[in-house]
Amino acid sequence: MEWEIVIGLEVHVQLATKSKLFSGASTQFGAAPNTQACAIDLAMPGTLPVPNEEAFRFAAMFGLAMNAEIGRRSVFERKNYFYPDLPKGYQTTQLAEPIVGPGEIEIHLEDGSSKTVRLHHAHLEEDAGKSLHEDFHGMSGIDLNRAGTPLIEIVSEPDMRSAAEAVAYLKKIHSIVTYLGISDGDMSQGSMRCDANVSVRLKGEEKLGTRTELKNINSFRFVERAIKVEAERQIDILEDGGSIVQETRLYDADKNETRSMRSKEVANDYRYFPCPDLLPVVLTDDYVEKLRTELPELPDAKAARFRDEYKLSAYDADLLTQERASADYFETAAKKSGEAKLAANWMTGELAALLNREELSIEQSPVSAEQLAGLILRIKDNTISSKIAKQVFDAMAKGEGDADQVIEKRGLKQVSDTGAIEKMVDDVIAANAAQVENYRSADEAKRPKMMGFFVGQIMKASKGQGNPQLINKILKEKLDALL
Amino acid sequence: MHQLTIAEIIRGLRDKQFSSVEITRHLLDRIQQLDGNYNSFITVTEELALAQATAADERLARGEAPPLCGVPIAHKDIFCTSGVRTSCGSKMLDNFVPPYDATVVENFNRAGAVTLGKTNMDEFAMGSSNETSYYGPVKNPWDTDCVPGGSSGGSAAAVAAQLAPGTTATDTGGSIRQPAALTNTTGLKPTYGRVSRWGMIAFASSLDQAGPIARNAEDAAYMLSVMAGHDAKDSTSLNRPLQDYTLNLNDSIAGLKIGVPKEYFGEGLNADTAARVQDALQEFEKLGAELVEVSLPHTGLAVPAYYVIAPAEASANLSRFDGVRYGHRCEDPQDLRDLYMRSRGEGFGDEVQRRILVGTYALSAGYYDAYYNKAQQVRRLIKQDFVQAFDKVDVIMGPTSPSPAFALGAKSADPVAMYLEDIYTIATNLAGLPGMSLPCGLVNNMPVGLQIIGNYLDEARMLNVAHQYQQVTDWHQQYAGSASAA
Repeated sequence: MEWEIVIGLEVHVQLATKSKLFSGASTQFGAAPNTQACAIDLAMPGTLPVPNEEAFRFAAMFGLAMNAEIGRRSVFERKNYFYPDLPKGYQTTQLAEPIVGPGEIEIHLEDGSSKTVRLHHAHLEEDAGKSLHEDFHGMSGIDLNRAGTPLIEIVSEPDMRSAAEAVAYLKKIHSIVTYLGISDGDMSQGSMRCDANVSVRLKGEEKLGTRTELKNINSFRFVERAIKVEAERQIDILEDGGSIVQETRLYDADKNETRSMRSKEVANDYRYFPCPDLLPVVLTDDYVEKLRTELPELPDAKAARFRDEYKLSAYDADLLTQERASADYFETAAKKSGEAKLAANWMTGELAALLNREELSIEQSPVSAEQLAGLILRIKDNTISSKIAKQVFDAMAKGEGDADQVIEKRGLKQVSDTGAIEKMVDDVIAANAAQVENYRSADEAKRPKMMGFFVGQIMKASKGQGNPQLINKILKEKLDALL
Repeated sequence: MHQLTIAEIIRGLRDKQFSSVEITRHLLDRIQQLDGNYNSFITVTEELALAQATAADERLARGEAPPLCGVPIAHKDIFCTSGVRTSCGSKMLDNFVPPYDATVVENFNRAGAVTLGKTNMDEFAMGSSNETSYYGPVKNPWDTDCVPGGSSGGSAAAVAAQLAPGTTATDTGGSIRQPAALTNTTGLKPTYGRVSRWGMIAFASSLDQAGPIARNAEDAAYMLSVMAGHDAKDSTSLNRPLQDYTLNLNDSIAGLKIGVPKEYFGEGLNADTAARVQDALQEFEKLGAELVEVSLPHTGLAVPAYYVIAPAEASANLSRFDGVRYGHRCEDPQDLRDLYMRSRGEGFGDEVQRRILVGTYALSAGYYDAYYNKAQQVRRLIKQDFVQAFDKVDVIMGPTSPSPAFALGAKSADPVAMYLEDIYTIATNLAGLPGMSLPCGLVNNMPVGLQIIGNYLDEARMLNVAHQYQQVTDWHQQYAGSASAA
């Protein structure tokens, strides 16, 4: 039997507004508990919400970037449930009339293929606070700093068919929100959180299988692993003749398994109804059109431009534009060095390996774009060979300074002195009489290939610093003179 | 001195006939002596009042007096007062001291008014008799065996008993107008959004509106001029300029078209009450107004629609009272569920719990369309009735309440009979229209109220109409026998 996995994602993105969705309190992360919660966030009696205009602007920008309909009229509703970190006893969110309507985006997979994923809608809502269960000796602590922070919840259609597609979609959302500057997209701090609806069905079957909802899987890696392990679980059950229970499950990263959340917490009737404290918000056509003209260049457009302007391959262009920071890095390195292709190669090669090894983001790169450009310039003007350049790069990564400083300090400058090279060529010819004899007696056609041996010996003698073009030229002249 | 109206107090203070401290002291003493009979105050803020009065006297002496400088008033205990316990008539908030002022309170403070205290009310403003207060029922100064109406019963009784010349109040389905009618006072519920709801503890957000209760229309105009205005802290507040409601009080009302809805004079209306209201209408004809019969065909649906919408909103508004952050928390909770169940079970009285249950039910999956959505449709029809009527007339008049004040305990076992007390007032809340009640006669020595319903933001005209009536009648000047004896 061949199974197909069906995945829909609900992604919560914290908006980078200065203040909360309905109050003036700061949204800064990491402050002491309950120091960033005002009377409104604490749901003190008589307090009232006032919507944050910036949150609407950010949400509308996101909608435009997703090629989505912008809800010209959006309505907040109350989602009622009791929980200690939900001060009002309801969450103010949107349901029937969300700010962003249906849309679609293209995702790019590692095999180079692309796919369109449809957006069901995205809505604005307020975040809850946090319950802290440690350190309180059988009690819980409540931190309401996060309560009221604006979120957009982005709900996809069940269009993804593998864990890899889900990750590609999530990366695309991440790339769009960070390009727009509407969120820092930091999954480790909870600025971006993901729930996945997963079901399986036999290939060719049209009806969707029963789904489970995986909660709060908070890294790209865990999303991939959680979906895989949950799909396997479901397939095992179905192949054994069992059936899937529709439920919410938690992913345990340590054990790499999903497990059911207590069913008691699941059967909720949220009793949504329009929030009478807030009026419907209407975005005018002028407002939306003005926003559209102010949108920054988005990843797909940037990738197209990189292919066109810098002659990058589609693969490189997609890779480099995934994050705005790496695209900016690339453009700086390409412009300052005048060698776009080399800049791209270095970024996808040595730099990517370095960042991966050190678990750093591009913003934290120990080698700046300017430094990489400096290195490329030295390759370009033959001061160093590509091989030596790798040494220089490693030294820069260790903080030994710019390329010029490293080359100088370590004496890595390429030897292009004709006399010095002539001497090395003479020494190698003298020391390898047998090989010289072979060369002389070989067919004309085989000779260029045989030269490689002598070049290797000479490079070794020069400690890799001999100018390869010059070595080749002088060697050929000297060997040909012996014919 | 306690018989003075706000207008007279303003003049007396400016003419230095008495000081703010003198009249404040007088009223505080009077509250101390008499309020045991009425229970109209939950908290008396003596220290605060005297400090404010002293400050007001200094400002008066410097000649830089804002409009209500030195005038003593009292606030319904639904308005948050910084540093002063704000209970909303509930055990749930018996220990709650807000760190902020309601915008209404702030406006009165800025206008120089003196706060005598916080008045009693039905718990969370849910009631029409003031019997649901955790602090005990308020007694009607006209007959202490009778209710003063509710939920602003304390605010109305305090004015009727001459303990304060004016009080703030709120009206969700009639809570200003019905107690005003039952206590012979003048009360006005403005257009929804005219007065900020910031700091006013919510019952039903789409219906709640604050307004004044006073001795006459002129005083109500003074108070409303201070209360009304746009507030950026309330998203439902109307962005209209401030208005001086005292300016048009003396305009002639000749030619005024008064709509008389036939549905307001049908079954259920006490015949004597009807007669007093008809007398008042004839008085308006003498003043040159024209009576026009109008129809508000969906009147009968107002009470049922209200008792879906208001509890639905209340069920969510009251969820914040969970024992976690402030207010009543049960002793020694075993777990989270126990904390919620007992804190709320102990903190809320029966009527509040009843409405939370009704509202929760109305919003539940499977019932939402049949109740909440249907009620919203009815609400639109009711609004449409008024819009059509106001095409033909300037104001609408009828009874405020179907009968005069009833005996304490008479209706407390029958919630539906209690709900029908507001049959003539509820529709204006559903439509968002302004309404007021003013004294128009007595039945067996108990007051009867005339209701005036105005078009949107037409409060100035309503006050003008009421003031003109009060120039040719003296019902509003009759005071409760038990009060004037003191």
